[in-house]
Amino acid sequence: MYLCIVLFPLVGSLCTGIFGRFLGYRGAAVFTTCFVFFAFLLSCSAFYEVALCASPCYIKLSPWFMSEMFDAYWGFLFDSLTVVMCVVVTLVSTLVHMYGISYMEKDPHIPRFMCYLSIFTFFMLMLVTADNYIEMFLGWEGVGLASYLLINFWYTRLQANKAAIKAMLINRVGDFGLALGIMGIYYIFKTVDFSVVFACAAHFAANPAPFVFCNIEFSTLNTICILLFIGAVGKSAQLGLHAWLPDAMEGPTPVSALIHAATMVCSGVFLIARCSPLFEHAPTAGILVTLVGAMTCLFAATTGLVQNDLKRVIAYSTCSQLGYMVLACGLSNYSVGIFHLMNHAFFKALLFLSAGSVIHALSDEQDMRKMGGLARLIPFTYCMMCIGSLSLVGFPFLTGFYSKEVILECAAVNYTVSGHFAYWCGATCVLFTSYYSFRCIFLTFSCKGQSSKQLFKNAHEAPLLMALPLCALAFGSIFVGYLSKDMMIGCGTNFWGNSLFSLPQNVLLYESEYLSQIQKLLPIVFTTLGAVLAFIITKRGTHIVVNINDEMISTAPPLTLTQSMSNRFYQVSSASFFIRKLYFFFNKRWFFDKVYNDLIAQKVISFGYKISFKTIDKGLLEVLGPLGVSNTLLKFVQQISRLQSGFIFNYALMMLLGIAILVFLVFFFPMFYPIIDIRIVFILIISGLMVSPGPKGEVAPGCEPSEQPLAST
Amino acid sequence: MSILVSIIFIPIIGALILFFVPNWKTQLIKNIALNVSCLNFLMSLLLWIYFDHSTAKFQFSQTIYSESLSFTIAIDGISLFFIILTTFLVPVCILVGWKTISNYVKEYCIAFLILETLMIAVFCMLDLLLFYVFFESVLIPMFIIIGVWGSRERKIRAAYQFFIYTLFGSIIMLLGILIIYLQTGTTDYQILYTTEFSEKRQIIIWATFFASFAVKVPMIPVHIWLPEAHVEAPTAGSVILAGILLKLGTYGFLRFSIPLFPYASMYFTPLLYTMSIIAIIYTSFTTIRQVDLKKIIAYSSVAHMNIVIIGLFSMNSIGIEGSIMLMLSHGIVSPALFLCVGVLYDRYKTRLCRYYGGCVHTMPIFCILFCLFTMANIALPLTANFVGELLVFQGVFCNNTLVAFLSATSMICSGGYSLLAYGRVAYGSCKPYYIRSFSDLSRREFFMFIPFVVVTLWLGVTPQCFLDAMHCSVANILNI
Repeated sequence: MYLCIVLFPLVGSLCTGIFGRFLGYRGAAVFTTCFVFFAFLLSCSAFYEVALCASPCYIKLSPWFMSEMFDAYWGFLFDSLTVVMCVVVTLVSTLVHMYGISYMEKDPHIPRFMCYLSIFTFFMLMLVTADNYIEMFLGWEGVGLASYLLINFWYTRLQANKAAIKAMLINRVGDFGLALGIMGIYYIFKTVDFSVVFACAAHFAANPAPFVFCNIEFSTLNTICILLFIGAVGKSAQLGLHAWLPDAMEGPTPVSALIHAATMVCSGVFLIARCSPLFEHAPTAGILVTLVGAMTCLFAATTGLVQNDLKRVIAYSTCSQLGYMVLACGLSNYSVGIFHLMNHAFFKALLFLSAGSVIHALSDEQDMRKMGGLARLIPFTYCMMCIGSLSLVGFPFLTGFYSKEVILECAAVNYTVSGHFAYWCGATCVLFTSYYSFRCIFLTFSCKGQSSKQLFKNAHEAPLLMALPLCALAFGSIFVGYLSKDMMIGCGTNFWGNSLFSLPQNVLLYESEYLSQIQKLLPIVFTTLGAVLAFIITKRGTHIVVNINDEMISTAPPLTLTQSMSNRFYQVSSASFFIRKLYFFFNKRWFFDKVYNDLIAQKVISFGYKISFKTIDKGLLEVLGPLGVSNTLLKFVQQISRLQSGFIFNYALMMLLGIAILVFLVFFFPMFYPIIDIRIVFILIISGLMVSPGPKGEVAPGCEPSEQPLAST
Repeated sequence: MSILVSIIFIPIIGALILFFVPNWKTQLIKNIALNVSCLNFLMSLLLWIYFDHSTAKFQFSQTIYSESLSFTIAIDGISLFFIILTTFLVPVCILVGWKTISNYVKEYCIAFLILETLMIAVFCMLDLLLFYVFFESVLIPMFIIIGVWGSRERKIRAAYQFFIYTLFGSIIMLLGILIIYLQTGTTDYQILYTTEFSEKRQIIIWATFFASFAVKVPMIPVHIWLPEAHVEAPTAGSVILAGILLKLGTYGFLRFSIPLFPYASMYFTPLLYTMSIIAIIYTSFTTIRQVDLKKIIAYSSVAHMNIVIIGLFSMNSIGIEGSIMLMLSHGIVSPALFLCVGVLYDRYKTRLCRYYGGCVHTMPIFCILFCLFTMANIALPLTANFVGELLVFQGVFCNNTLVAFLSATSMICSGGYSLLAYGRVAYGSCKPYYIRSFSDLSRREFFMFIPFVVVTLWLGVTPQCFLDAMHCSVANILNI
C-alpha cells in the first residue's frame, strides 16, 4: 500500500503522457487527478498508521546499483517526517490538479500539463520517501526536471524558456553541492543509507577523522553539512541561489502554487530536517544555515515590498518564508521548521491559487498597477486572498501564527550571535511581510480600478472547480496550525519519533515559553504596523515616492503605463535621493541578477567564444596542429626541391662538406663514436644541409645564416 | 566454432555476399546488410547470456595457432558490453542511411559491415600487436565513410585530419609495442599481464601508449580533429565515431595501460587528472557558444570522455566501473543525439541552431525524444549517464577530492549547453522563413530511436545487470 502512494502518480503520469490523445482533454485531467487523489487517501492512512500510531515502516525493494562497497537501493522509508510530507504533497497536488482542470480549460495541452504535474508529484514523493541519499538525489533532480518542463509549459514564450533554463541551471549549482555532500558522506561513512549514516554521526562527531576536501583539512561533519546545505540553498531559493524563483513565475499559476510554493522549494528544508542528526553534530554548519536563512528572509521581504507583479510578490514572500524555515532548522528546531513548512504549504498555495483566480478573472493580467477594485467583482477570491494573507502575516490564531511565532521565539531565546541576528531579521521581516501582503490586497482589491473598462466587465468569479480547492486550502490556512500545534511542536511531543533529532541542549521550545512579554508581542505589533503603513501609503495615493527621471524610465517598469498611473506610482515629488535609490535597489532585487549576468554569465560566454574557441581551438591548436604542419611542410618541400639543382658542383660540394664534418666528428670527439651510429650522423648532416638555400643564391627564410655563404659559393 | 568467432566473421561474410549483388539492387543490398547486422546483434546477445559473471578469466577464448602467428581472442566483463554496443549500433547506422544515402549504397553497407568486424576484433583481441593492427585498421573504413558520404567540401580536410591525428599517435604506440616485444619476446596479453616491467621502462612505454590513446579519447590538446570529423561525417559516421571509436582510447587505457603498467599509471595520474579537468571545463565553456548542433554534441563528447578518463585513473573499482558505465551510456546517448541532429538535417539540410526554433510545434514526437536524450546527456537520474557519472565522481572523490570537485562542475556546465541547445531547437516560436515544410518522425526513424530510448532507461533504472558482469574483471584489473 505504501508503495502505491509513490507509484500512483507515476502511473497516472505515464498513462496520460503516452495515451493522452486517447483519453481526451477531460479524460486525461480526471484520470491523473483521481490517481493523485488515491495517493492522497493512502497517504492519509499512512499518516494514521505511521505518525499517529507511531509505527515507522521501512521497505527495501532491490538493489539499484552496487559497486565495491557503494550500494544504492530502491528503498522506501516511512517515518513521521515522511508521512507528513506525503500528506502535504499529495493534498496540495490533488487540489492543484483539480484547480488546473478548470484553470487550463482553454489550453490545448491539458494532457501534457497533467502529465507533468503528476510526474512532479511522483518525483517529489520519491524525494520524501527515499531511504538513502542516492534515491533522494533521484527525486531531487527529478523535481528539477519537472520544474523545468512546467516553467517552460508555454514554450513559445522566450521569457518562459529563459526562466526554465535559469531555474535548472541554478538548481544544478545546488545539486552540485548536494552531490559532493553525498560523495563526502560515502567517503566518510562508507554508505549512503540514511539509517546507518545517522547512527554513525555521533561517533564521527566524537572522533573527528581528518577530512581533506580540496586539499584543505576541514572538520568532517561541518563540511558535509555545508555541502548538503548548498543543495538546500539551490532548491529552497536561499540567498545567493534564489534568482530562479521569481523568474519561475513564468509558469502557469497552478504550477507556481504546487512547485514554487508548497512542495518543491521546501525540499531543501526537508533535506536539512532529514539530515538533522548530521546537522546537530555540525555546529558551524548550523550557524551558517541560520545566518543564510535569516538573510534570505530579510532580503526577499525587502524585495517583495516594491515588486509590481502580483505573482512575483508572492514568490518573494515564499522565498522569505523559506528563510524562516531554514533558520528554524539552523537553530536546531527542525520540528518547528517542518511545522512551518506544512502551514506554509496551505496558505501559500491558497495565495497562489487565489492570485491565479484573480489573473484568470482579469484575462491574464498580472501587473498589480493595472488592477484595483476587484473586491466587489470577485468577492469570493477576495475572501480567500485575505485569509491567505492574514495567515501569512501571522494574524493571531490563524495557521501561520502558530509556526512563525514559535520560530521567532526560538530565535529570541537562543542566546548566540546568530540567534539574535536571526531574531531581528525575522522580526523586521514580519513588518515587511505584513506591508507587502496588505499592499497586495489593497492594490488588487480595494483601490480604484486602474485598467480598461472592458477588462473589469469581463471579470468573473472562480468557477466551482477552482473554488473548491480554494475552500479546502482556506480551511487549512485557518485551522491546521491550531489543530496540529500541540501534536507537532507541543512540549514533550513524541510525534516525530526518531525522524528528527535535536541534541538536548539545543531544544529551545521550553525556554521560549518564558520569553518576556514584550518580545512575544513584538511580531504582532510589527504586523499591525505593517498593515497600517500599507494602508496609509497605498490608500492615500502617496505611494512610495520616487521621482521619474530619464534614468528611471529607461530601466524601471512603468514604460507601458499611462501617465496618470505613473504619476500615481512614481510621483514627481521631492522624494529624497536616499529613498529613490533604496526603491531602485529593492525594485531591481538588490542587483543580484545583474551581478550574475555581468560577472558570471557574460564572462563565461565570452570566454567560451573568444578565448577557448577562437584563440585556443581555432587559433593555437590549429596553428600547432593541422594548419601549421601543412604550411611548414609546404615550405620545407619547396626548399628541398630547390636543392635538386642538377649542377654537379652543388652535389660535389655537399658531399665534401658532409665527409668533412663526419671525419671531424669522428676524430675529434671519439666519445661520440660508441654512442652514435656513424651512419645516422651522416644522414643527419645531409638532411641538415638540405634545409640550406638552393644554389641560385636565394635565401630561404628560416635557414641558418652561417651556412649561407658556403652553399652559395 | 565459438560464438565469438562467428560474431567476428558474420559481418565479413555479409560483406562478401554484398560483393556479388549488383549495384543497382539497392533495396536488396540494404536488406541484406540490415539483416546481417541484426543477426550479429542477436548473436552477440548470446555472448551475454552464456557469460559467466563469477569469474575474471577470459571467456569464449579461441586460440589460433599458425607458423608465423598465434593469438587468442576472448572477452571478459569489460569487453563484453563494448562488443554488444558495437553490434547494437551498426544496424542503426544502416537504417540511418536507408533513405539518405543514394550514392554508392553497396559500398556504404560494405564499409559498415567491415568496420563492425574490425571493431569487434579490437575489443576481443588479446594480442597486443594485433590489437594495434585492428585499432589502426578501423581508421580506414572510417576515413572512407567521412570522405565519401560526408556532407560538405570540407569533408576531405576533416578526413585527413582525423586520419593523421590518430595515425600520428599510433605510430608512437607501435614503438612502445616494440619495446615490450624486445623485453618479453611476446605480445600476448595474458603473458604480458604476468610480466614485470622496470619502473623507467613502464613510464616510457606508458607514454607511448598514451600518445595513441589520448588522441582517440580525445584529450586536450589533441581533440580538434573530433568536432571537425563529426561535423563533416554523415550521421551514421558520427554514430560510430561517438559510439565506438571514442571508446577505443579509453578501452586501451583500461585494458593495457592500467593493468600492464600500474606504476606508470600511478606516476602519470596527476597529469591525466589535470589534462582531463582542463578538458572538461574548457570544452564545456566552448560548447556553450557553438552554433552547429553536431559540434555541440562533439564537444560535449570530449567533456564526457574526459570524465571517463578521470574515473579510470581513480584507481578504485567504483571509479572504473563508473567509467565503463559512462562509456556505455555515452555510447548510447551520444549516438542518439547525433541521430536527432541527423533527423533534422535530413529534413532541412542545415545544422545551425539559428535556423531552428519551435520544432516542438511541428515535430512533437521528435522533441520528446530529443528532450529525453538531452536530459540523459546532462546525467539526470533514471537515465543512463547518471549511474556512470555518479560512480566516477564517487570513485575519484575517494581518491582526490579536489579533482572530484572540479570535475563535478561539469554537472553545471553540461546543464548549460545541453539545455541551451535543446531550447533553441525545440522551443520558441516557429521560424517559417527558414522552415516551411514539416514532418514529424517517420516510422523508420521512430523505430530507429526506440531501442535507444529503451536502453537509455534500462541503463538508468536497472544498471545492476550490467555492473554484475564487470565486477570480477574490474577487480582483476586492479589486482584486488
